[in-house]
Amino acid sequence: MVEPHGPEQQPHAPPPSLWPVGFAVGVAVLLTGIVVGWPVAALGAAIAIVFGFLWVRDLTGPAAAAGREPPPPVGARPATEAGHALPLADEGEIERFPRARFLEGATLGLSGLIGGLITLPVAGFAIVPTFVGQKHEDVDIGELDTFPEGEWQVVTFMEDPAEGEVSRRTAYVRNNGELEGQPSLTVLSNRCAHLGCPVQPSGLLDEDASETVETSNTVVTRIPATPAAFTCPCHGGAYDLEGNRTAGPPVRGLDRYEYEIRDGRVFLVGAYSVGSVQGEGKEALIKRYDLMNPGLHVDGPSAIMYPIGPRR
Amino acid sequence: MAVPVRTKSRRRQQLEEAALYPLDWVEERSGLVGALKYFLFRKVPGDISWGHTLGSATLTAFLVQAITGAILAMYYKPHPDTAYESIQYITNDVTLGWLVRGMHRWGASVFIILMFFHMARVFLYGAYKYPRELNWIIGALLLILGMFEGFTGYLLPWDQTAYWATVVGVNLQGTGPFLGPFLVNVLNGGAEIGVDTLSRFYSIHMLLLPGAIFALIGLHLWLVIRLGVTSQPWSPEAAGSGEPEEPRPAREGLVRPARSGGSE
Repeated sequence: MVEPHGPEQQPHAPPPSLWPVGFAVGVAVLLTGIVVGWPVAALGAAIAIVFGFLWVRDLTGPAAAAGREPPPPVGARPATEAGHALPLADEGEIERFPRARFLEGATLGLSGLIGGLITLPVAGFAIVPTFVGQKHEDVDIGELDTFPEGEWQVVTFMEDPAEGEVSRRTAYVRNNGELEGQPSLTVLSNRCAHLGCPVQPSGLLDEDASETVETSNTVVTRIPATPAAFTCPCHGGAYDLEGNRTAGPPVRGLDRYEYEIRDGRVFLVGAYSVGSVQGEGKEALIKRYDLMNPGLHVDGPSAIMYPIGPRR
Repeated sequence: MAVPVRTKSRRRQQLEEAALYPLDWVEERSGLVGALKYFLFRKVPGDISWGHTLGSATLTAFLVQAITGAILAMYYKPHPDTAYESIQYITNDVTLGWLVRGMHRWGASVFIILMFFHMARVFLYGAYKYPRELNWIIGALLLILGMFEGFTGYLLPWDQTAYWATVVGVNLQGTGPFLGPFLVNVLNGGAEIGVDTLSRFYSIHMLLLPGAIFALIGLHLWLVIRLGVTSQPWSPEAAGSGEPEEPRPAREGLVRPARSGGSE
């Protein structure tokens, strides 16, 4: 059993105080405000600052200091004309020479330097590669003619065949016909905008008509489908055929793939996030944002929590 | 009057010396035997309860995880093409593999549950108060690391449950403000779960986190030894004082403070 201040002295626990409760309330209001809106957050911040200040004042004020031992005398001889300021040697402490202090500092400093030189590259090795080289090659999902107008197809493909099955992705593709002489496709990602589970088409899949074709850079499986909506098996997120959220926890619409037509073939050349879609098919007006992780708001007040993200 | 002492036979004395010689040898050179005695034969309050064993139980659960995990690592292959098959191999083909994997899989839950029981005991007994606040903080860190062990370990079977649970878990952490999107990349080893994710989780699960947990358990135990064990809040005894103070009436409430200042 340790009695840090001798058995007769009271331990210097801080005196009871109600300020932390107010501080905690302030923090809670602040966090609520991040979701609800700016004024609430500002109110919470104000409460937290005021109560935090009172709390700190309580802890450091004279009342708290009275119950505390006086600080040990710290003595440093003022600089003399010679320009040296040496610490006063306490009783029992061996007087230390500047050389000893220099050697001590040099040992600690060099050890720190060596440690840093080893740690930094290793930490960089663990973290930096996860942010670079994330761009995939464009994926060839087949000839435009094989996507009949107005019909949905479930298209699965490997984003990077070198990575194998782990890079398998699914898109829901519908040919909208031509708009101003240009082909128009709706290519929805099946990654749920809630937390990334695989969204399923609510409707029949024509498995018998499924075909697997080898394209110029991957293997694509295509299954004709007649969905009435898209729903997520994990937490019940639901979307309409344009990928707008209709129910459940998702914070935005379904992501979409960007596509290009090259020599009559459809290439997926990247993805983007969608706030909401007005209209449908080739007439759709899409509120487009840079690709974001599932669960992140792209619009509305909560979007301020995600000002920047890693490059995709 | 001297109590007659049963003298040991010469032969017995010789035997005991021979048996103790290695221990003495170690003790003289390292002090380890003394340290172990200091650790094991501490003074504790006379009326501590079964609740006080929860910490040791948690430690035992962790050691079971460490040992079974090290052995599972001998058969497990952390690559997307082989992980699932190696788990099937461990479960169905390796002798007693089903048992060791089962111990690790169920022991994980036991470890987490025991941590919560241990924490509840410390909380309800007020054992987190001065001068033990730091040990509460270390315990909270251990809880976080333990849950992170659960999270990283859950991916390793590499079946559908494991994969999608990890997708959801990583994206959940990715919704943290400002740094969340970056955290996703660091956890996944890239923008999405890919070939590097599994070995990354494996390394975190069986090297980084257990190392940190072992170190923090060392600190946790050191503070227990240094500060001693609290008795119940209603205990009439001051810890380590030997004799109980004057008898008290039956306890009035669960957290009635001891008049003498309790264990402190």
